[in-house]
Amino acid sequence: MPEIGAAVPPVTERTMRIERKHPLAIRWFHWVNFPLLATMVASGLLIYWANDVYRVGIGGFTLFHFFPDWVYQVLRLPQRLAEGMAWHFAFMWFFALNGLAYVTYTVISGEWRYLVPSRDSWQEALQVVLHDLGIRKAPLPRRKFNAAQQITYSAIILMGAMSLLSGLAIYRPVQLSWLTTLLGGYPAARFGHFWLTMGYFAFLLLHLVQVVRAGWNNFRSMVAGVEVVDGPEETKP
Amino acid sequence: MSSSSRKVPPLPEVVLTEAEGRARVAKATRRSFLAAAAAAGGLAMGWRWLTASPMEDGIRAPLRSMLRFNERIARASFSRKRLTPTFPRESALTPRANGKAGLEDEEFNPATWRLVVEGLSGGRQSLGIAELQSLPKTEMVAEFKCIEGWSTVVQWGGVRFADFATRFPPTTPSGKPFDLADRPDDVPPHVSIETPGGGYYVGLDSDSALHPQTLLAWEMNGEPLSEEHGAPLRLVIPVKYGIKSIKRIGRIAWQDQRPRDYWAERGYDWYAGL
Repeated sequence: MPEIGAAVPPVTERTMRIERKHPLAIRWFHWVNFPLLATMVASGLLIYWANDVYRVGIGGFTLFHFFPDWVYQVLRLPQRLAEGMAWHFAFMWFFALNGLAYVTYTVISGEWRYLVPSRDSWQEALQVVLHDLGIRKAPLPRRKFNAAQQITYSAIILMGAMSLLSGLAIYRPVQLSWLTTLLGGYPAARFGHFWLTMGYFAFLLLHLVQVVRAGWNNFRSMVAGVEVVDGPEETKP
Repeated sequence: MSSSSRKVPPLPEVVLTEAEGRARVAKATRRSFLAAAAAAGGLAMGWRWLTASPMEDGIRAPLRSMLRFNERIARASFSRKRLTPTFPRESALTPRANGKAGLEDEEFNPATWRLVVEGLSGGRQSLGIAELQSLPKTEMVAEFKCIEGWSTVVQWGGVRFADFATRFPPTTPSGKPFDLADRPDDVPPHVSIETPGGGYYVGLDSDSALHPQTLLAWEMNGEPLSEEHGAPLRLVIPVKYGIKSIKRIGRIAWQDQRPRDYWAERGYDWYAGL
């Protein structure tokens, strides 16, 4: 049986083309990140509860307050500031280390070439959106990540980096006051830190919808690494 | 719609007969999902271990250990030279008067108030507000940061804790005279500060207490301190969360052992540094 990646002799019977899509390391980084980020977000909400000042609105008019009482009650967030801080400042290390390991691996292995968008990505990403909305009928090109994925996944990595930086800025605003000042001061850094978290919720929603739409073959590749590109289990893009 | 100017290599792939291919994919799937299940099991065990660990001062012991780990890093990298940013006088506002602990005594009389200082080379001292106000006065407009998350720019007037310590020097570990200029680290490691009845109390590392922006303040926004903000004398320590800026100080003690701390006993970080 030939190894994956080896040259393959021509075959006469019905064939199956299998792609090795996600390296083992990246699959681990991805799935380890999930509970770590969840812990950071959950403990972050325990902290935010103690001073929940952010809202969407103009002047005295509030369209949406983060968060309404029922959210706090359902998630059992109130009166847990000390607990939230303890979890947040313990798990920040693991979240940061996993993220740094991922970025380091992606750069060194060359995997970044599939991920980082190029000059033409915005134009192509628009086509992807039109396709996903059912407006554009032509199929998308077969690639590991299309332009919309490249932009979204790169953005989420940058957001992670910004969460670490804005987090540091509000964690050590005196010893690292240069960083806090760079981010616009303490309240601005806290504001950014909060909205990045809301961004993760938006990403999660979009990501889950797209993963469900892409189907089993695609999902399995994030666990098993392999994806069938031509054959009985092929994904129809 | 072909895009990038960058050369992106194709993903490694293999072409197999259908039977071989199915077997290959099934094997990879089986192995990886078993690994995932094992990882999820490990995660569940880790979660149960952590959430069932004994409590240590209000939080799980492993989390307390992590706070101490963070503290070691913070203290090793701490510098008295790094300052909190200061602001123009006109940006000062009145902070929320959070925290009534230690201020409950309705009989308290600021006029007869005395500050007790212990651990001094000259023995125990009892000081009145006039003696403190005769020390060199420092004014500072800085952001007061509550552990809850809010922050307010406030103007403070008082004496730098370092100047206070120079005037009323503590005994030093070496036995030599206290001298911040020549021997900045030859100081007792901790400072304990309490309200008159001991209803509220904070513990500080001396490095933070002797930071040049740490004040014993009697003035806020140009006015004498109000009772709810800690009259007649409070601590203002911008290198810490506001929980350490204790109001209505009754006793200051230099000491070797780590002092008890009101909020650290209730689940918060003892160090609470910024």
